Amino acid sequence: MCCTDMALAYVEAHASWGAANTKPSLGRDHSAFVAVAPDGSARAEFAVEGVRCAACMKAIERGLAPMPGVASARLNFSDRRLAVTWTREAEPDVPAILAALEMLGYTAQPFAPGGLADAEAAETKRLIQALAVAGFASMNVMLLAISVWAGNISDMSPENRDLFHWIQAVIVLPAAAYAGRPFYEGAVRGLRAGRVTMDFPITLGVVLTLVMSVVESLSGATHAYFDGAVMLLFFLLIGRVLDQAMRQRTRAFAENLAALRCERATLAGPDGGLRDVPLAELAPGARILVRPGERVPADGLVENGTSDLDQSLVTGETAAVAVRGGDRVFAGALNGSGALTVRVTAAAGASLLDEVEGLMRRALEARSRALVLADRATRLYVPFVHAGAALTFVGWLAAGAGWHAALLDAVAVLIVSPCALGLAIPAVQVVAAGALFREGVLLNDGTALERFAQVDTVVFDKTGTLTLPEPTLSGGRYAPAALESAARLALSSRHPMSAALVAAAGPAEPFPGAQEAAGLGVRAVVGGVELRLGSARFCGAEAEAAAAVAADPEASVICFRAGDGAPAAFPVRQGLRPDAAEVVAGLAALGHRVLILSGDRAASVEAVARRLGIAEWEAGLTPQDKIARIEALERAGRRVLMVGDGLNDAPALAAAHASLSPVTAAHVSQAAAHALFLGRSLAPVLSVLAAGRRARRLMLQNLWFSAVYNVLAVPLAATGCLTPLIAALAMSGSSLAVTANALRARLATMPAPVPAAHRPTAPAPVAGTS
Amino acid sequence: MNVLLLVIPIALGLGLLGLLAFLWALRSGQYDDLEGAEYRVLHDD
Repeated sequence: MCCTDMALAYVEAHASWGAANTKPSLGRDHSAFVAVAPDGSARAEFAVEGVRCAACMKAIERGLAPMPGVASARLNFSDRRLAVTWTREAEPDVPAILAALEMLGYTAQPFAPGGLADAEAAETKRLIQALAVAGFASMNVMLLAISVWAGNISDMSPENRDLFHWIQAVIVLPAAAYAGRPFYEGAVRGLRAGRVTMDFPITLGVVLTLVMSVVESLSGATHAYFDGAVMLLFFLLIGRVLDQAMRQRTRAFAENLAALRCERATLAGPDGGLRDVPLAELAPGARILVRPGERVPADGLVENGTSDLDQSLVTGETAAVAVRGGDRVFAGALNGSGALTVRVTAAAGASLLDEVEGLMRRALEARSRALVLADRATRLYVPFVHAGAALTFVGWLAAGAGWHAALLDAVAVLIVSPCALGLAIPAVQVVAAGALFREGVLLNDGTALERFAQVDTVVFDKTGTLTLPEPTLSGGRYAPAALESAARLALSSRHPMSAALVAAAGPAEPFPGAQEAAGLGVRAVVGGVELRLGSARFCGAEAEAAAAVAADPEASVICFRAGDGAPAAFPVRQGLRPDAAEVVAGLAALGHRVLILSGDRAASVEAVARRLGIAEWEAGLTPQDKIARIEALERAGRRVLMVGDGLNDAPALAAAHASLSPVTAAHVSQAAAHALFLGRSLAPVLSVLAAGRRARRLMLQNLWFSAVYNVLAVPLAATGCLTPLIAALAMSGSSLAVTANALRARLATMPAPVPAAHRPTAPAPVAGTS
Repeated sequence: MNVLLLVIPIALGLGLLGLLAFLWALRSGQYDDLEGAEYRVLHDD
């Protein structure tokens, strides 16, 4: 048969591509991942997937420790990272570690050192050190301060009181100089940028309090305020540490995901050699090989080969696009059937990505102008407290109290107020983010929760958002035995559609000796019968394929034939997420307006909209169209939540009031989204909205509480009735109240409409959020 | 009164010892993996 001959000729002609197609790992260049310590020992970090319990940790560490040259292997269970150090003499062998982990059943990817997460970790450490110093100082100073307060009403001699004041000064002055640095630096940074941030009144308050306390101690006064200054720093640092710990955790997790998504490219050298390199090493002009089933790693021009690309992540269009030499390809497109050689182009000119990035920048600038609660609180608070302090000072001077007493009361106003306010919002954010994290939602942005709370309109993208990102088998008539054999053949294929057959048939083993002919399909000879899986032409199944397409115009068809028997055609299409209908119904029940804005064809969008009961939908939209629709909604007073994953959604995600992406989304979209969700379920859309509303309510409660507290405490301070004892009680009491209220955000974040079957498994209680 | 000169340095010294111990533990990475630590106790090695 001519078909067989063609297939064999193709395989022979592309023998080198064939080897590249099937060989699982190439000579990877791992030097970028290894960091060498000053003593000469090498160290590398890996993101590990599949670590679920303590036994995994033990298996990995025990499995790697006896390897030659490995000095230590330690798995960090909190962020699922494995750190391996080699002995000084040993040559670091990253592939051996990866192979050993694979043997143990874990997927891992090495990490380039010096990522953003490392910087976040260093910042967390710095803040915790400052917190420890402030904590130590405030505890010990309190010991002395309480003695003075008690002594003032009993029989303490003035000499002893002065001694105690000076000991406090010796403890507090260096401690405040060290622990207050995050605030001093923030205040200076803000002033340089011409803004008065929350850090400014804090710095002013602390510095003035310390100066006044030293002056008071010099004059042998009955009160000094060292304890107040250091306690203020202690409480404010708790807020900062919580905030930072939340950000570090999401950042580390996002970096793990990025590494595990295998952001790599196969570089084709001038000598024809292939090398696997991290994406960051790709320079414009480099030639890369994109094998069937891989995503195109960078924008470029096709030099060699033909294939069909699934551009759904780029344009939202589900139908495959044929490409050949000279065509442009975009990062994120999924290569279908043939190997392509692509020359990477610099992101310049009128490429789609540039256009998207330009739109996104503009949209992000517009978004940053929206004020969040914390900003608004600062805007109200800073002038209020400065004016209060100034009024107190002038008022007491006018009343003839002398500059000394006037300044003392003014400083009391500055220092008694910001405490609860500094904790009011971060405490809620960190608790709510921790609760969402355990439900599989990662917050990209601290302001995300408030934004989710205000949403009243939800806009979905179709492809990859309402539908699952990977294709699934849908309907069709075929014998179960055919599906089983086809699935076993499909295991040997890298074509993205073959995954649908594998998933549909359940666990199976591949046929030994199965060969993949790129562009055509897979074949294997079993018991003297030739089995084929692939295109209609390859299997001689044009009639069956045409019938299947006629039955379901949305589907792509993959064919199977055993020997000369009757061929079978499997229709494969992108299925809806399992709970999409319930989530849409749940949103409608909550009174949200639901729309679909898609880049795909009208027919497929209409089909999805009808199945989900969404009345408002638009198809065939460009990124500009999507932005325009969302801006029109915002102008009409709606607060839009955009849920999307494609490159073409990125500007819309940036333009919307709030945005959410699945983790399978394109890079740019992930960066633009306020939060990412894991898994096949769409339920996180409901849970983030519920969590946002709850968090916002708690934040407002906390802010009101702080306001009431300030209204009571500031007049007390201004009138000079605020003794250090009352200040200490008020400060710690208000901070505790605000934190305790914030802990309520940990309670159930899931609303009622979602049935239990789709709820993520109940998280194990985890103490702390760091 | 003399007892104060003895007791206060002792109290501060003990507190400082605690602070230094915490900073040492933080620097040597003992707080890097709080979740793993609770399981590591159970490993018999």
